[in-house]
Amino acid sequence: MQSKITGRVWKYGDDVNTDVIFPGKYTYSVSDPQEMARHALEDLDPTFVANVQPGDVIVAGKNWGCGSSREQAVTCLKEIGVGAIVARSFARIYFRNCINQALPIAACDAVDGVETGEEVTIDFAAGTVTTPRGTYTFPPLAPEVMEILETGGLIPYVQKQLGVK
Amino acid sequence: MGETFAEKLLARKAGLAGVVPGQIVVVQPDKLLTHDNTAAISKKFYQIGVERVANPRINVIVLDHVTPAADEKYATNHQVIRQFAAEQGIEAFYDVGEGICHQVLPEKGHAWPGALIVGSDSHTPTHGAFGAFAAGIGRTEAAAVMATGNIWLRVPHSFRIVIRGAMPPRVTPKDLALHIIGDLRADGADYRSVEFAGETVRDMSVAGRMVLTNMVAEMGGKNGVIEPDDKTRAWLQGRVTHEYEEIHADPDASYERVIEYNVSGLAPQVAKPHTVDNVVPVTETAGIPIDQALIGTCTNGRVEDLAAAAEILRGRHIAPGVRLLVLPASREVLLQAVEQGLVSDLVAAGATLLNPGCGPCLGAHQGCMAPGETTISTANRNFKGRMGAKEAFIYLASPATVAASALTGAITDPREV
Repeated sequence: MQSKITGRVWKYGDDVNTDVIFPGKYTYSVSDPQEMARHALEDLDPTFVANVQPGDVIVAGKNWGCGSSREQAVTCLKEIGVGAIVARSFARIYFRNCINQALPIAACDAVDGVETGEEVTIDFAAGTVTTPRGTYTFPPLAPEVMEILETGGLIPYVQKQLGVK
Repeated sequence: MGETFAEKLLARKAGLAGVVPGQIVVVQPDKLLTHDNTAAISKKFYQIGVERVANPRINVIVLDHVTPAADEKYATNHQVIRQFAAEQGIEAFYDVGEGICHQVLPEKGHAWPGALIVGSDSHTPTHGAFGAFAAGIGRTEAAAVMATGNIWLRVPHSFRIVIRGAMPPRVTPKDLALHIIGDLRADGADYRSVEFAGETVRDMSVAGRMVLTNMVAEMGGKNGVIEPDDKTRAWLQGRVTHEYEEIHADPDASYERVIEYNVSGLAPQVAKPHTVDNVVPVTETAGIPIDQALIGTCTNGRVEDLAAAAEILRGRHIAPGVRLLVLPASREVLLQAVEQGLVSDLVAAGATLLNPGCGPCLGAHQGCMAPGETTISTANRNFKGRMGAKEAFIYLASPATVAASALTGAITDPREV
């Protein structure tokens, strides 16, 4: 995992749920990650898929990813190239899914300092998100959790743990 | 200082003398629940590079999301799951028609006081109604639990929600749950363990308690729990045949918040589109025309829910132009509803009876809406696009309110029919 990520921002509000990130109607009919990516944020922002660039960062309000446990709501964003998600807070299962899929996240109020199209820099070592209108700090992840993220997600982590592959 | 339920249970499961909120523990779940997503999970499991699940006895698989299969793709998905269960020697496999995973799991004896249950479904906290610690997880970590038998959990802070007062007529645990979510908001209990207590909870049926713990997911909670009592033990008798040790919070446990509600003045509640915390008394939505009404789901598909609807609809007929869908939560519920005459009451009143399952709630199978349509549902989510068109509207309410609304064709206060 890169210790510093700079990316162009897509800004969203509070309580963005997994149904608008990845609609439930596709949960059992779409299994290919590339196809999942084509439906990313479909019911939230129809302009997203056509315009997102690899390395872009989502910056949002509170409770990002609430609702269903569906991991596709992380996979679709990871697959389309989202570099990180910064939100005021994350829904619990979404938070876990990000760690397990190795999609870097930071919980802080950066949404107050940035607009869509501007740039932010996330420094994971320093625990800061720098926006055009201020720097916001976030608490470090627990070392056990950081290790999963740094190993590239839960599957490589478990492989290492079990000594397979 | 005493321990909360979550602290005591996670410390014991982790083999530690004590734990503190925020601490990461590695624990071995007693049960791992998966559903139609088991095919995707099994793919990730094999991707890890192991051949056999660590302990097939912890696996519980229930097909419920798209049952019976809607097309070849879903049929193949189910086939992969049947093969996986057979190959891995997973005995607790419940095929099409058994019901919704959160009803079948306890019915078949896989939930008990003091159990640690994880499930690849966000409504897994439902099983806290039996005194278990039950939390939702994602697909990859479900695969990792299959491979290793263990999982990391963060010890949560705890809320204690104390409910007092007697439920007024036609006011139900669903109305209480919606009221609490409207008050605490969708993230009010984010990552928290939520303990429900008080005389109202003690007086509640097991089915009613399951509504409260089910809806904990909609306030962001990690788990919800209700202290086991004689009602719990009676319900579990004959289902759970092994010994178990109940875990109770200490009276001097430390809570992040203690919140009290009194239900004696509570009116039926409705969550308006498009968030579950957009809650108002039914009187504020009365008269909004509906196209479809849905009674069922892991929140409100039990016998007492069907009985509440039948009580309103018996000998009457739903309004012209309204579609009323009824999905019993399980085969056991369906059989009881048949025996009690509830199915004939509802079908005679114009209801369409669907097989036990949960497809319509997430727009995955049956009961989808076209643009501009409105459904009033007993489900737990009303997010935009959840039941089909994103230009459709979902209102959430109790079975009584949904039945009353089906009767008149518009959202209706169940105390007035």
